[in-house]
Amino acid sequence: MESNVILQAKNLTKIYGQNVIFKDISLDVTQGETIVIIGPSGTGKSTLLRCLNLLTRVNSGQVFLDGKEITAQGYNEDFVRQHIGMVFQNFLLFNHLTALDNVMVGLTRVKGMKKPQALEKAMHELTRVGLADRAGHYPGQLSGGQQQRVAIARALAMDPRVMLFDEPTSALDPELIGEVLTVMGQLARDRMTMLVVTHEMGFAREVADRIVFMEKGSIVEQGSPDDLFNHAQHERTREFLWKITELYGNKEKQKGGQ
Amino acid sequence: MSAFLDLFIRFFPDIMRGAGVTVLLTVEGLSAGFVLGLLAALGRNYGGRIWKGLAVAYIELFRGTPLLVQLFLIYYGLPGLGVTLSREWAAFLALGLNSGAYQAEYLRGSILAIGEGQMTAGRAIGLSKWKTIFHIILPQALRLAIPAWANEPVSLLKSTAVVFLIAVPELMAKAKSIAAQTYAPISAYIAVAIIYLAMVYLLDALLKWAERRSKIPGFEMEGKKA
Repeated sequence: MESNVILQAKNLTKIYGQNVIFKDISLDVTQGETIVIIGPSGTGKSTLLRCLNLLTRVNSGQVFLDGKEITAQGYNEDFVRQHIGMVFQNFLLFNHLTALDNVMVGLTRVKGMKKPQALEKAMHELTRVGLADRAGHYPGQLSGGQQQRVAIARALAMDPRVMLFDEPTSALDPELIGEVLTVMGQLARDRMTMLVVTHEMGFAREVADRIVFMEKGSIVEQGSPDDLFNHAQHERTREFLWKITELYGNKEKQKGGQ
Repeated sequence: MSAFLDLFIRFFPDIMRGAGVTVLLTVEGLSAGFVLGLLAALGRNYGGRIWKGLAVAYIELFRGTPLLVQLFLIYYGLPGLGVTLSREWAAFLALGLNSGAYQAEYLRGSILAIGEGQMTAGRAIGLSKWKTIFHIILPQALRLAIPAWANEPVSLLKSTAVVFLIAVPELMAKAKSIAAQTYAPISAYIAVAIIYLAMVYLLDALLKWAERRSKIPGFEMEGKKA
């Protein structure tokens, strides 16, 4: 089974000044697995994701991608990030480029792909997120949900080994969350390897293979959705899940459970 | 009035030659200033300690002293260091360096306004820092800079008038010599004022057009709707 591990974090610690963001975090991400990370705000979930694709440097610990240590001195960061896709809370599309060009720019400028091939690949990814008919639109002409789906297509176009989602629906109006979660659910069914930080408990329950509960910079507990939702070992996990279901439960009912 | 018209018509070819030099100085100064300004803005925003320091020193020095002082130091001062420049070169250098310092500040502001997020997104798909700057940040920052930057061509055009003091034959120098020839200084200065006004008007129209052309559909900063 060891060979199936795509992304591996070993004893990661991140400190900003006096603030310990997270401490001694270890996590194995297996091929085709969808892991959902949950936990209160400010527990270092987002920072953890940014450390995994080297947007932020850990203070200690190692990250391995396909068995190679990417945190090693002098390892090519740009090369690493081609293979780890990332989707942000506030989409971060390139505002001066159309949806199509947003998806194409990595193919032409990073992978050095020829225009016709890049165009074909980009259209394929836009179709995958259901936005082929919006290819010529600029981000400012798209709804939040559509922008986030373009952002997903942009990351997918690079054929990443693993996709990181940093609260992908937190900045969206409630009625737009569903379309993004649907795309993500489809990706999970296609066995894309995914690491998702989210407060969407419906998504976690239905799509996750494993849920990781983080609090105060540590992993408190992890397991299958059934383990955590119905048989949580720790009092804090139960408390958090109860609170968050209370908070978001009504919203989920309105959406008809996703 | 008819005396003024006589003068205007009689010296019109001369005035237009001066205007031509003024336009040339403006275009040259603006272009050199753009290159310098872009380098200084990038150095200040993204450079290491040394580049940042050089950029700041350049910007502060040339924004903090009068153009006329810079012009005199270049034209009369540099020969003392063994560098003798023709008046045209001295004018070009002074205008370019001065304009560059102002343009650096316009560009720096708009680069900052584009924000860290675009850099993060670029890096996240595997673009290097400088590729992100050139393909993602600058195309947006340059568009964003246009409305504020549009002050610079107009301001530079009028600033070129000071180079008559080192006898570059531009529009203001023409006014001076017409005044001396005709003993009608007021008419002479009104004549060139009209030409300056016309040039500024045309320049403004050109810049407005460029601003419209460069708009990104659906993307307006600070909620400013087109």
